[in-house]
Amino acid sequence: MTVADGFLEATVRSATPLAFAALGELIAERSGVINIGLEGSIALGAFVALLATAAFGPATGLVAGGLAGAAIALVFATFVVTLRAQQVLAGTAVSLLGLGLAAALHRISMIGPDAVSQVVTIPVVTIPVFSQIPLVGPALFAQPLTTYALYLLFPTAWFFLYRTVGGVVVRATGENPEAAHASGHSPDAVRFGAVVVGGFFAGIGGATLVVAQVGTFSDGMSAGRGFIAIAIVALGRWHPGGVAVGALVFGAVSALQFLAQSLGWSVPYNLLLAFPYLLTLIAMAAFGGVQASPAALGRDGATRR
Amino acid sequence: MSSQRRVAQLSTPLFAVGGAIAVAATIITLAGLDAGAALRAAVDGAFGDSFAVLSATLKRMTPLLMLGIAVAVAFRAGVLNIGAEGQFLAGATAATAVALRLPGRFGPLVFLAALAAGAIAGAGWAAIAAWLRRRYLVTEVVSTLLLNFVALNLVGFLIRGPLQEPTGAYPQSSTIPDVGKLPLLFAEHRLHLGFLIALATALGTWWVLKFTAAGFRLRATGASPDAARSAGQIPVERVQAMALVASGAIAGLAGASELTGVTHALYEGISPGYGYTAIGVALLGGLHPGGIVIAAIFFGALGAGADAMQREAAVPAEFASVVAAIVILCVLAVPGLMARFTSGGRAGSAT
Amino acid sequence: MTALADTLELQNISKRYGSTVALAGASLIARPGALHVLLGENGAGKTTLLRVASGLTTADAGSIIHRGHAVRWQTRAAALNAGISIVQQHFSLVPAMTVAENVALADRGMLARFSMASAAAHVRHLCAEVGLDLDPGATVGTLSVSAQQRVEIVKTIAHGAPVLILDEPTAVLSPSEAESLFEWLRGFAAMGHTVIAITHRIREAMRFADSITVLRGGKTVFASDGPFTDDRPLLEAILGESRGLDDRMVEVPSTPGSGSGRDIDGVAVSLAGVSVTDGNGVPRLRDVNCSIRAGAIVGVAGVEGAGQRELLRVIAGRLVPTAGSVVHDRQAGFVPEDRQREAVIPEFSLTENFALRGSGARRGLIRWSVIASETKAAMQRADVRAASAESAAQTLSGGNQQRFVFARETVGAPRVIVAENPTRGLDVRAAAEMVRRLRDARDAGAAIVVYSSDVHELVALADRALVCFGGAVREVAVSAEAIGSALVGAS
Repeated sequence: MTVADGFLEATVRSATPLAFAALGELIAERSGVINIGLEGSIALGAFVALLATAAFGPATGLVAGGLAGAAIALVFATFVVTLRAQQVLAGTAVSLLGLGLAAALHRISMIGPDAVSQVVTIPVVTIPVFSQIPLVGPALFAQPLTTYALYLLFPTAWFFLYRTVGGVVVRATGENPEAAHASGHSPDAVRFGAVVVGGFFAGIGGATLVVAQVGTFSDGMSAGRGFIAIAIVALGRWHPGGVAVGALVFGAVSALQFLAQSLGWSVPYNLLLAFPYLLTLIAMAAFGGVQASPAALGRDGATRR
Repeated sequence: MSSQRRVAQLSTPLFAVGGAIAVAATIITLAGLDAGAALRAAVDGAFGDSFAVLSATLKRMTPLLMLGIAVAVAFRAGVLNIGAEGQFLAGATAATAVALRLPGRFGPLVFLAALAAGAIAGAGWAAIAAWLRRRYLVTEVVSTLLLNFVALNLVGFLIRGPLQEPTGAYPQSSTIPDVGKLPLLFAEHRLHLGFLIALATALGTWWVLKFTAAGFRLRATGASPDAARSAGQIPVERVQAMALVASGAIAGLAGASELTGVTHALYEGISPGYGYTAIGVALLGGLHPGGIVIAAIFFGALGAGADAMQREAAVPAEFASVVAAIVILCVLAVPGLMARFTSGGRAGSAT
Repeated sequence: MTALADTLELQNISKRYGSTVALAGASLIARPGALHVLLGENGAGKTTLLRVASGLTTADAGSIIHRGHAVRWQTRAAALNAGISIVQQHFSLVPAMTVAENVALADRGMLARFSMASAAAHVRHLCAEVGLDLDPGATVGTLSVSAQQRVEIVKTIAHGAPVLILDEPTAVLSPSEAESLFEWLRGFAAMGHTVIAITHRIREAMRFADSITVLRGGKTVFASDGPFTDDRPLLEAILGESRGLDDRMVEVPSTPGSGSGRDIDGVAVSLAGVSVTDGNGVPRLRDVNCSIRAGAIVGVAGVEGAGQRELLRVIAGRLVPTAGSVVHDRQAGFVPEDRQREAVIPEFSLTENFALRGSGARRGLIRWSVIASETKAAMQRADVRAASAESAAQTLSGGNQQRFVFARETVGAPRVIVAENPTRGLDVRAAAEMVRRLRDARDAGAAIVVYSSDVHELVALADRALVCFGGAVREVAVSAEAIGSALVGAS
């Protein structure tokens, strides 16, 4: 494997959990809710996935991780949509909640003889012909199944948002909830659903860390991915295609870090890590921070019912 | 009406704290641990003796108080500064650089200069977000959040590069010289001068908000931008930008105080999420400096108590985050709950 | 077609919002195949009546008969299912989406397929059927206001609603656009639909309506089928007889004419070539030239959105015009209509609210004891009843709040005082007192600019009258007839 192959493979691998989280954030934000609490969904999703995988296998582990992420998002949605709590502030609290619960429950689960600390990760599945494509083949088509799931989920998300009535309603709710209401839809129900589904994907993102990558859980393993997801969505101009590219950009930057370390380069990789955040800020400023984002994003107190 | 409001104002924090502790205790019990013992250990660890109070609770309270004030200054102007964490790091970094480089013969001027540098750096860091907001309409919520990660990575770079300790073995700065350290308030306790600075910051903020024209403009802008603009002819956007910069200055001061008072060296984990916890401090304190002092004591005690809880009762300290999170959520939910239970008369005319 | 089927009848509808009576026994009958026009002044209850009819709000009393049955819509969705559609004054469109997407928003089934092509075909089909012109692929935010209105209409009728209600559809249109809309509405009604529209344009109503209903003070005061040839009965019904007004003014002898107070040194405010364009790029004022002298009350009239809102704010120095020059008084007092939003901060104390005036230019410290005594003095002068100067502004009644705001804005005898609907929401006594205070200020030498939606109030109060129409400002004689016809754009 060449250096370039290794770098590209690491890019896609690092991008996978980010892409799940960013997909979840995208769905929530298109309905008008900025969910800063996804970090909590990722953390709890990762922890629950560890226990569920040990007990029932990786497939159940992934689903359980998703459900745990959805449960945290459910708390967020209850406060933000139903009780009209300020989105950003409630989001930071929900982050704390998920991180704290995951860490505390993990510590408790480590007590006793039958404590689980390690599970076997799911294997890399090499797709015969495609993986032979020069350069990108191995990176894109020699990955765990969770990565391939994204190849289906992103087009599905695009199809849902742009080619179904539900997608039109979700986008309209993010732009102008009053318009959705006037057409007989319930902005609250749409937002609640979008937030919970988004939390489910973020939970799977956390689960992939455990099930497909490291096979164990550690405190702080979510490593700010919930916040990075917000940057990715902004960088991706709130469009599924852009978000996929954004996830790859952030994935490439963390891959560069491994690359630099393995090659013994003395590059200041912390500066590299800061770069995509700066890129996101520049992108938001250059394209007019408010224009591409859903017009009602973060606005509280949409029309009732 | 007014007394009803006051009752609500005072009962909200009690309701939030009580509810949060009850939920955490339930989870602890469900996990098969002894919630009663955990609570006793926590209270003991936070308030049990002079060491608990001075070296644990009040020491932990110090950065939270300053950051809570910082967050509140922005929120009172209607600016959602989620970036106290990054401004704190900027302040700690600047303080490190100054304390390490100023010659020792300047004496106490060294730590004073370090504190000033911290405030300036925090203000500068916040000014980036203020500028992006005014010039490019980038919402401060996202920009301040992203700048936190930029700051964290910059610290990571500096402590592996220009600011790294001379042996190059550890990702941290050298320990600052003694002249750069804040004096301790009691010989045998870890409480330092920063605590008094934090109290003075709270008092000063209260005074500025209450008695100066600038503070009044800030409050009016946050309470009603429309009335501030129309009746007060206040330049609302400028006031909000200034409030964000001032908020950053206070957060930077907090970072400098923590560095010169407690850690004495710069490293990546210098803030265990203080900037985010501070949002809870500010909200629980009702965005009022007096209330924030009390809320900071609570959060300081929560941290101190959680450590003791883990030591004495084998209950994970992370439950403190769960309690903090539920407190914030409860405080945020109160207006919505009140609207639900009072007459629905307004909903009809609102649309 | 289905003659009686879609007749919509509203009987004796009453509705209060808090202490404000919006409707007090209003009635309306609308039959299929006819265009019904609802006329009345601002605040007469027209919008509320149509909100009741379309299920956007529920009535306190009265009944709705639809297709011969008494109904009671609890939600908008219920009325929608019964075939009642409404085009509100503020469009509920998504600017960032295309016309076709906006129309498809009314579709059901979350996972149902949405295709741009078939949605566009649907829009084209609808447009062809009802005779409207729209590009289905255009982004709504880029369309003109009249095209946006067509989108709203197409969206509204996309699911075959037989009853179409429009709230002031012509308020945002130019006269020729308004005329073609009315022509279209008449044709649409002729296809067998039931159409109800609110308008301010009496002439167009007379020309196109099959029947006209007039509301005043929440009651139906006129209802007749056409043809309409004489505008006098309509104007009389809309404006009412002067009797009510005389009652109100009985304590205050009318003293029109020039002020007789202290020295008057000419022009207090002058506007030259002033234009204002709002944040959405919509022109609100076009090339306004006028000067206002001290010692006179200038009455301003205008229907919603005609530019009076911006004119008052430019005169008061609260809005910087996009073009043109203004000479005004920096200390100008301003009493806006929406007190809760623009004049006071409800949760602040009265003293703090008092300090709000001029706070933009204040330096250094605030001496609260000084301001508190100034507040108390002003409250005493203006007879503001409150527990103390430290009470929150929101604890005051509407009349007391208004007296407080007026007192604050007239401290230091500013040369210019601008008041927007200053008697709105006040009882008769409080309104008369407000009028007296405005006259006192005028007699003391101030230039007073007053907007009122009540034409008779303006006539009784003003020494001069300015009427806004479509962003232009015109001076007319101080009479109900002259103002009334200028309001609706007649020359």
